[in-house]
Amino acid sequence: MISQFFVLSQRGDHIVFRDYRGEVPKGSAEIFFRKVKFWNDDEAEEAPPVFNVDGVNYIHVKVAGLFFVVTTMVNVSPSLLLELLQRIARVTKDYLGVLNEDSLRKNFILVYELLDEVIDFGYPQTTSTEVLKSYIFNEPIMVDAGRLPPLGPAAMFMQGTKRMPGTAVTKSVVATEPGGKKREEIFVDIIERISVTFSSSGYILTSEIDGTIQMKSYLTGNPEIRLALNEDLSIGRTGSSTYDYRSSSGGGAVILDDCNFHESVHLDSFDIDRTLHLIPPDGEFAVMNYRITQEFKPPFRVTALIEEAGPARAEVLLKIRADFSANVTANTIVVQMPVPSYTMRASFELEAGAIVGGSEHTLRAKLTFSQESHGNLTKEAGPVNMNFTIPMYNTSKLQIAKKSKTYNPYRWVRYVTQANSYVARL
Amino acid sequence: MAPTAPSAAKSASPSQPSGKSEVADLKQQLRQLAGSRAPDADDQRRDVFKRVISCMTAGIDVSAAFGEMVLCSATSDVVLKKMCYLYVGVHARNHPDLALLTINFLQRDCHDQDPTIRGLALRSLCSLRVPNLVEYLVSPLATGLKDPSAYVRMIAAVGAAKLYHISATACLDADLPAALKALMLSDPDAQVVANCMHALQEIWTLEAAKSEEAAREIETLYSKPVVFYLLNRIKEFSEWAQCLVLELVSNFLPSDNNEIFDIMNLLEDRLQHANGAVVLATIKVFLHLTMSMTDVHQQVYERIKAPLLTLVGAGSPEQSYSVLCHLHLLVMRAPMLFSSDYKSFYCQFSDPSYVKKLKLEMLTAIANESNTYEIVTELCEYAGNVDVPIARESIRAVGKIALQQYDVNAIVDRLLQFLEMDKDYVTAETLVLVKDLLRKYPQWSHDCIAVVGNISSKNIQEPKGKAALIWMLGEYSQDMHDAPYILESLVENWEDEHSPEVRLHLLTAVMKCFFKRPPETQMALGATLAAGLSDTHQDVHDRALFYYRLLQYDPAVAERVVNPPKQAVSVFADTQSSEIKDRIFDEFNSLSVVYQKPSYMFTDKEHRGPFEYSEDLTNLTVGAETTENAISAQRYQENDNDLLLSTSDKEDNATATSNGSSASTYNAPSDLSGPSLLSSQIPSETSLINPGAPTYSSQSNFSLDDLLGLGVPQASAPPPAPALILNSKPVLDPGTFQKKWGQLALSLSQESSLSPQGAASLMNPQSLIRHMQSNYIQCIASGGQPPNYKFFFYAQKDGSTAFFLVECIVNTASAKAQIKVKADDGTAAEAFSTLFQSALSKFGVS
Repeated sequence: MISQFFVLSQRGDHIVFRDYRGEVPKGSAEIFFRKVKFWNDDEAEEAPPVFNVDGVNYIHVKVAGLFFVVTTMVNVSPSLLLELLQRIARVTKDYLGVLNEDSLRKNFILVYELLDEVIDFGYPQTTSTEVLKSYIFNEPIMVDAGRLPPLGPAAMFMQGTKRMPGTAVTKSVVATEPGGKKREEIFVDIIERISVTFSSSGYILTSEIDGTIQMKSYLTGNPEIRLALNEDLSIGRTGSSTYDYRSSSGGGAVILDDCNFHESVHLDSFDIDRTLHLIPPDGEFAVMNYRITQEFKPPFRVTALIEEAGPARAEVLLKIRADFSANVTANTIVVQMPVPSYTMRASFELEAGAIVGGSEHTLRAKLTFSQESHGNLTKEAGPVNMNFTIPMYNTSKLQIAKKSKTYNPYRWVRYVTQANSYVARL
Repeated sequence: MAPTAPSAAKSASPSQPSGKSEVADLKQQLRQLAGSRAPDADDQRRDVFKRVISCMTAGIDVSAAFGEMVLCSATSDVVLKKMCYLYVGVHARNHPDLALLTINFLQRDCHDQDPTIRGLALRSLCSLRVPNLVEYLVSPLATGLKDPSAYVRMIAAVGAAKLYHISATACLDADLPAALKALMLSDPDAQVVANCMHALQEIWTLEAAKSEEAAREIETLYSKPVVFYLLNRIKEFSEWAQCLVLELVSNFLPSDNNEIFDIMNLLEDRLQHANGAVVLATIKVFLHLTMSMTDVHQQVYERIKAPLLTLVGAGSPEQSYSVLCHLHLLVMRAPMLFSSDYKSFYCQFSDPSYVKKLKLEMLTAIANESNTYEIVTELCEYAGNVDVPIARESIRAVGKIALQQYDVNAIVDRLLQFLEMDKDYVTAETLVLVKDLLRKYPQWSHDCIAVVGNISSKNIQEPKGKAALIWMLGEYSQDMHDAPYILESLVENWEDEHSPEVRLHLLTAVMKCFFKRPPETQMALGATLAAGLSDTHQDVHDRALFYYRLLQYDPAVAERVVNPPKQAVSVFADTQSSEIKDRIFDEFNSLSVVYQKPSYMFTDKEHRGPFEYSEDLTNLTVGAETTENAISAQRYQENDNDLLLSTSDKEDNATATSNGSSASTYNAPSDLSGPSLLSSQIPSETSLINPGAPTYSSQSNFSLDDLLGLGVPQASAPPPAPALILNSKPVLDPGTFQKKWGQLALSLSQESSLSPQGAASLMNPQSLIRHMQSNYIQCIASGGQPPNYKFFFYAQKDGSTAFFLVECIVNTASAKAQIKVKADDGTAAEAFSTLFQSALSKFGVS
């Protein structure tokens, strides 16, 4: 049973505030904000998504730099509330096209309207964008996505989290196109977040792919869509859970450790022809999530070296090789390497740019220390962490062929690979 | 609605207007618009309404505009209507008279042709929360429940629950629960069914405290016909409603194994759902259904692993955190089953620290012979991490693994390597671990001491690390060449030492060192005692005084007190009792799992869910998080719920029986920080110290522990007095009760019976409480609903400090009672139990 729902800006302003049961004492939003802001201040830790202050449970998610919060007095399922919050954010995005502070402020009446239907007396009702359409009367006020600074101060909330590359589509499901007629189109994104840890000698210690097939449909008349995946796809690793990297499996067969599906997906023939049947609901949703621990070729090889170069000096050598084809370019690349805390000065020789497939880049840095390093430099520095996005590249080789019998909408299939945790140890 | 804190008003952003003048302005505009028939009047109204709600959201008090808002509300524009209803719903409670004005048009809307308008009006009508308007609610609600539109019925079902909260009698008199129940079992629309379940659960749970009928009605919700009816329709429900159904099913008690397998087969595909809440709710059903089938239960663990790991990888960090908390719970219950999945729990660079902490705990738990090397290697990588709290946790994790393994050789080397890293916090954490390790494995002392001896105490700032180093200096002063001199230099800087903990340790360490190397330490000892006696900290002063008098009395005795022969600690006390862990497991898929606390510790009684066993220990804080006290290896032997004992648990129990209650208690340095308790004994020095008694050290340990409330049963306890006489007025505060209950082992567990008259007259807990009181047995907490009551009693042996604690679960239907007795003095438990049962059986017979 949810007592209250509210959305706070980064500064703690109320953007939306709805009290469903009138049982939580006043000031809860302020209590929440202070708690989150000053959680364990000296150790600079992040507040966990679920906490209790004076008997009131606060559950929150951060979306687009905003806090989506519910409070409850009872012992409910935390997953239910977290999923619900995320869903509310997504439904709102479906309606507003863009989800950020500006669009929420402009459309807060519409959001109240949504909230009335999504939660009644603290009980979740419907979160289906489609069902909600018949009860929502406000027209969304559009915000120009391009005009806004892309990240702004909100970026601090996105750094390092498992952020989805928002679909480039910033179109509301309800708004009509300027031309009057709605375009029949459907977007399918295969987003893979990869985690790789290289040992100091360059071996792969662990590797994992967390993938999502995300869909955003603007189709009318609820046509059935079929998504055909690789025919040789198999699910469940033999001798499960043991990480035996069978080198022979490099033949191209995709083996998923496990996967789950959206409600609307029918799996009747999945075991035979690896085809998902679904009637896509309006709005954005994850058709399927999957996890792969089968060995794969990492897009980047990272080697890092730190060596003493005389007293109170060290040299860092960082090599990155892009192991993918030359017609693909990786962007938003950030490479971080913590250096010893007593480093005074670092000088770089940088030779980089946007990284094109097949290329190799080297970074040399000279470090000067305030004191002589004692003991092992490799324990004082590193590890190297890399962040990147590679559009039109997919690590797992999972492919989608979309078929529909009689009907040909505009369809967009995109592949994206992102770094989740890409670490090279020294 | 929004709190009216002035700060909120001030911080309102430019787009959100603020201030009183604004409200006055809005009132004015509303008044002008009220009668306006201009073609664009609705648009203008929309604008003004929007500003009013914007103010309301920002926390500005706009209740002054109530009258004007109501005047403007007669409109056919749905958007305007909705804004107006939102406003009225928030402020009606404070303006009951004006709220009456809205009733008219709301009632009219309840009969509108459009079901959307009907539903909207009904929802707003029920949200007014004004008691004296209840009469206008009942009939629209009753009509609403029969409305041809599912949308309206769905709103009416929740409306019934709202009405119950405004006026319970109005709701019950109109017989709405019966209508809800009928609807729940027949409505074609799944959301209507779900809302009926929500409303019924809420009404009956609250009602159950007053009426037995309602308690029975709750039972029917978990009955086979209802459960199977819902299960057969499960795919019609929305994902949120599915969670509700699954939660209900997890409370169902199947009559045979076939039913269990039917349910599990039916729900199997729910484990592939993309919504984590559905998956966790399904897992709860599986776990609870198979509690009595050990092997199937274990298969369930194997089955749910992959879906859980996928969920951890799939959602936002917040979503994966919640799933990870549940995985953490399962890992802690059955670490062996996860030992091959250790790589899944490696920390990722992007993990927030609350996730990393959980993962470190899991890695610690699942470390066994086969994976320790890999896990420890990984943990050592984190120790150099830039994230200092995580680096600390990692070092602690390595230490914990060392303490739970048999072959610690390699790990000790790793720990010692940490000391070479020469980072302040790393050294401090490592020293604490080396200290604990030495207490468990004294055989490593030579290797460790060689390294520890090289550490300069000046480089350690953190009190914990410093205290650990000082403890080692005292304990191993015979092997550490420089020990007396290092201690001496520390004493010289007594004034600069801010932490009383360090000063206490210094006192004890110098004493220990003195008995091992008297000539070198004598000077330092004098200086230490002098410094201690003039210390401003009470505990430090008292301990110095104690040592001083002890030495004065007899140095030989003092040596036995300070340097008794020590046995290695076999098991460090677990931080949570298995009972609490079981309770959390029962509450799987709830906040309890995230907080790692059972719900009674963080929810008010009135907000307990329908599925929770109510218990009255609400406001007690539990000393569950005992520090690293090394109490003896007493463990709970009741494994009734522990189908999946971890290896370490098994080992614990084994050592508990072999090592038993012998004098293996060993005072950790931190334990000695109870000197204020000790000092109370000083006036009667001779009574405490009994020279020549062979069992001296064990006795002193015992009395010490007893003082500390640790209550270790003594091996050679005197035979119990033939007749047990209870103290007529024992005093025990709830906090101590809870602490004792957590610490003491179960002495007895029995089933007893009540007289039929007694069972019949047990209408509320009070009657039994009074009866037991007349037998000198006091009640500290009670709860429950007929036919099940739960009590916690206590009693005290006359002329002794020994308490008896009882948990008593009474079922009035069968006139049986389950009794669990815990006692400070285990030998008297039998006699007490007899007494208790005889008192119980006399209840109602007079």
